[in-house]
Amino acid sequence: MTEVGKARRRKEDARLLTGRTQWTDNLRQPGMLHVAFLRSPMAHARITRVDVSGARGMTGVVAAFSGQDLAAEQGSLPCAWPVTEDIVIPDHPPMAVSAVRYAGEAVACVVATDRYLAADALEAIEVDYEPLPAVLDLEEALAQDSPKVHEAGNQAYTMKVTSGDIDAAFRDAPIVIERTYHQQRLIPAAMEPRAVVASTDGDAYTIWTSTQIPHVLRVMLALTTGIPEHKIRVVAPDVGGGFGSKLQVTAEEVLCLLLTRRLGRPVKWNESRSEGNLTVHHGRGQVQRVKLAADADGRVRGLRVELLADMGAYLMLLTPGVPLLGASMFNAIYKMDAYEFGCTGVFTTKMPTDAYRGAGRPEATFGIERIMDELAAELKADPLEVRRRNWIRHEEFPYTTISGLTYDSGNYEAATDKAMALFGYDKLRAEQADRRDRGDPVQLGIGVSTYTEMCGLAPSRLLKEARYAAGGWEHGAVRMLPTGKVEVITGTSPHGQGHVTAWSQIAADALGVPFDDITVIHGDTAIAHKGMDTYGSRSLVIGGVAVLQACEKVREKARKLAAHVLECAPDDLEFADGAFKVRGTDARATIQELAFAAFTAHDLPDGVEARLDSEATYDPDNYSFPHGTHLCAAEVDTETGMVRIRSYVAVDDVGKVVNPLIVEGQVHGGIAQGIGQALFEEAVYDTEGNLLTSTLADYLLPSAADLPDFVTDRTETPATGNPLGAKGVGEAGCIASTPAVVNAVVDALRPHGIHDVAMPCTPERVWRALEGARS
Amino acid sequence: MIPAQFDYVRPDSLAHAFRELASDEDVKVLAGGQSLLPLLRLRLAYPSKLVDVARLPELAGVHDRDDHVFIGALATHDEVMRSAAVRQGCPLVALAAATVADPAVRHRGTFGGSLAHADPAGDLPAVVLALDGVFVARSAEGEREIPAARFFVDYLESALRPGEILTGVKIPKLGDGWGFHYEKFHRTAQAWPIVGVAVAVRRSNGAIQEARIGLANMAPTPLRARAAETALQGTELGDQVRQACGEAATGTAPPADLHAQPDYRRHLARVLTHRAVRTAAGAP
Repeated sequence: MTEVGKARRRKEDARLLTGRTQWTDNLRQPGMLHVAFLRSPMAHARITRVDVSGARGMTGVVAAFSGQDLAAEQGSLPCAWPVTEDIVIPDHPPMAVSAVRYAGEAVACVVATDRYLAADALEAIEVDYEPLPAVLDLEEALAQDSPKVHEAGNQAYTMKVTSGDIDAAFRDAPIVIERTYHQQRLIPAAMEPRAVVASTDGDAYTIWTSTQIPHVLRVMLALTTGIPEHKIRVVAPDVGGGFGSKLQVTAEEVLCLLLTRRLGRPVKWNESRSEGNLTVHHGRGQVQRVKLAADADGRVRGLRVELLADMGAYLMLLTPGVPLLGASMFNAIYKMDAYEFGCTGVFTTKMPTDAYRGAGRPEATFGIERIMDELAAELKADPLEVRRRNWIRHEEFPYTTISGLTYDSGNYEAATDKAMALFGYDKLRAEQADRRDRGDPVQLGIGVSTYTEMCGLAPSRLLKEARYAAGGWEHGAVRMLPTGKVEVITGTSPHGQGHVTAWSQIAADALGVPFDDITVIHGDTAIAHKGMDTYGSRSLVIGGVAVLQACEKVREKARKLAAHVLECAPDDLEFADGAFKVRGTDARATIQELAFAAFTAHDLPDGVEARLDSEATYDPDNYSFPHGTHLCAAEVDTETGMVRIRSYVAVDDVGKVVNPLIVEGQVHGGIAQGIGQALFEEAVYDTEGNLLTSTLADYLLPSAADLPDFVTDRTETPATGNPLGAKGVGEAGCIASTPAVVNAVVDALRPHGIHDVAMPCTPERVWRALEGARS
Repeated sequence: MIPAQFDYVRPDSLAHAFRELASDEDVKVLAGGQSLLPLLRLRLAYPSKLVDVARLPELAGVHDRDDHVFIGALATHDEVMRSAAVRQGCPLVALAAATVADPAVRHRGTFGGSLAHADPAGDLPAVVLALDGVFVARSAEGEREIPAARFFVDYLESALRPGEILTGVKIPKLGDGWGFHYEKFHRTAQAWPIVGVAVAVRRSNGAIQEARIGLANMAPTPLRARAAETALQGTELGDQVRQACGEAATGTAPPADLHAQPDYRRHLARVLTHRAVRTAAGAP
């Protein structure tokens, strides 16, 4: 059996789970100092005075700085995605100098001999603020008379794209449905809080940081600080989760680098959980106006989407682009005549938003999957039946959608049929009808989500069209060692995904070597020298392919060497089970033998170098498009408003699967996170702009105890765009589950005349919706 | 977050602990630390010294006594929920202890600590109040008993005096014919109750003869739902009980927070009290 497809347990888990590993917080450097940041208690204010002198005199304090102290060297945090020509990208000093624009923004710092003394000394710093009005609501922020977050106003950008004759689609349409949905702000809450260690040995710098993007960060740190790129080494040691929140160039990373430069000593910063809730970029934050036109038989004619996207106070690495990752996805799996997408990015005095698991696609999927249910309700038809009427049929692939993407493959019918069977769809519908008839105080709702998403960011040429500042390739390298063992070097940067295991499986098949003979190196710009890192479910479908291609190159080198050793023509050789065999004879050479031959180099043919290694950089032609059908049965207690998920079925089509265990883990975690948005999570600011959900006692994350057993299964329609046939799975669960759950809640309440409940669908919100309907 | 500096002592006897408590006015008692440590880490509390009583034998264990169960202040929630004496003598306490936070907290957190903290959102204060428990406190001056009805003074404020340590709580054993239930309404398993209702009812001849109802998170202190208790006397299961439980929010002053506004909490108190009473009374 090939390694690819095996449910291998993860090589990396023993050390990750025990913590006996290289978390940044575990790292110590000789003479290391500790940094603590003083953070603004105000959402919006002018800074009139910062006095750090009180801190400077305290025990153990080596230095204290205000933003003014660092102003000349700190630069501005980068935004790599100027989505329109006239976008407003305000200056974003890593430490505030003259004004603060969100609660939690760093205004001063202390560097001390230990973490406790640093924290104590923060209390001796004096800051005078002149309060300015908070800007919180997206619509009010765009009003003429709104207070301004930045001089240039509160609009970062506005854009609109249209495809097809949108006016014709809506003109005389028998059915027009318009809804407004709110994508609440979410706090990513990775298990490992951020941490940074920075050190210098003169003019060269090393920064260890809990990041998803060591390679991108290195480039950005060089551009931001002026330290030459070849003098910066970035290491992402073991990283405990990110979900997009560590796809960032953070103020703390830049400041730690500057502090080690100033002081000539290593510095460390560890984030507390509440500090993270305040200052790790938030996710989502949109108002979505979605308008759908359909024929009387339920055929969708057109879709209009208008977003207000909450940028927060500044544009960080990808802030303005995140909502636009949904621009081509609202039309989802459905055929239609016309589509219009508009988005306005709005500044507010809140923590900036940026990528969070799914980044733009969950929002889009929510909008379309919710309004497809509204269409079904309008038609008094089954929501899956309405979807069937509109989706791309499997024989129609490849299919170019109204928004211009070409979906290479898919089979929505197969996934849906399988999900319905596993779910017991008809039986649950019967139970729902029975409960309605009986007036059971606990009503049953059935939620549907037939999602697709685009993964594998991304073809570089498409990123250019999207005005993204970098490419979307990935790099892989393979080294055969003299003893026949293998080192795989990848440009992806795993932070929980299991790349070490999955890349080993790919290389084991490609080179015919045992799984355990392979090690995977990543996350250090000095030794995994080239990469675009990990986000957007790109690692396998781009980085995994790069590893595969590098292995294939090694195999071809080995073939030349084998032909020399076995005294035949390269074409006479067949490769199987890790050895080259001369066709029709017993003569063979294993790849391990060839690796040793390359090492001794005693007898190499002309033109063959003394190395059995290679590298490859892969840039895809297209995105990949996972899809699937998720079904949720939710019980809604109409007396208390409590929602309980009774059963949940996910049938995902992520193409060819390298490791089913890892895929299942990704699906489980993704569903849990999507349910978090649907029912539990919301970053809440008060009317002054203070974050109320600064601890996990207030920001509720679901735990295993709050979730049902998920039934997961797959259909497998290979992607045609890459040689692995894989589509990516990192975000699918999170994209699919949120609308499935909310659709279930609304489905339960629909007989009461309720057609929406704002997220998170808390018991109080459900109860108030019912109270409103009863009165 | 990181706490500010404090001194730490672990006395080896109660007498030693009393001396330490008298040494400074900002001294705090540390037991399981499940309420105090978060306050320290967030720098919401700045004690000068922590007196760690966690190993004092006088405060340990669960003891089955004639007419009551004495639950030592240091008994962990896990110990309480598994104690045979508690499960037989005052099962409502075991039911509620099993709902506290999560297993990690239940293994660290102590029965006495969560009561002395006097958080109205705690599960156990409402339970002990419903059961008319008696708090036993000691100080250098000696021992005194405080009935539950007088123990909870205000938000996070108990009747314990400076220098006093809670040694345990006497939970009276209710005789035959009593049924119990703790109805906790919370958004996630680890979250505080939005509303909690602790109920003990005595039934005979098909009717409820007596009901005791403790409410969590319905006021700055845990409360007894006295009006509902009175209304329930003599009711039969069915509409009568439902109607009587409609009084459950009478006299409450519920807080407003991220998870619920006061009107919703009042509504929940009524619904949950009804459910708890029905379950405690053995309704199908």
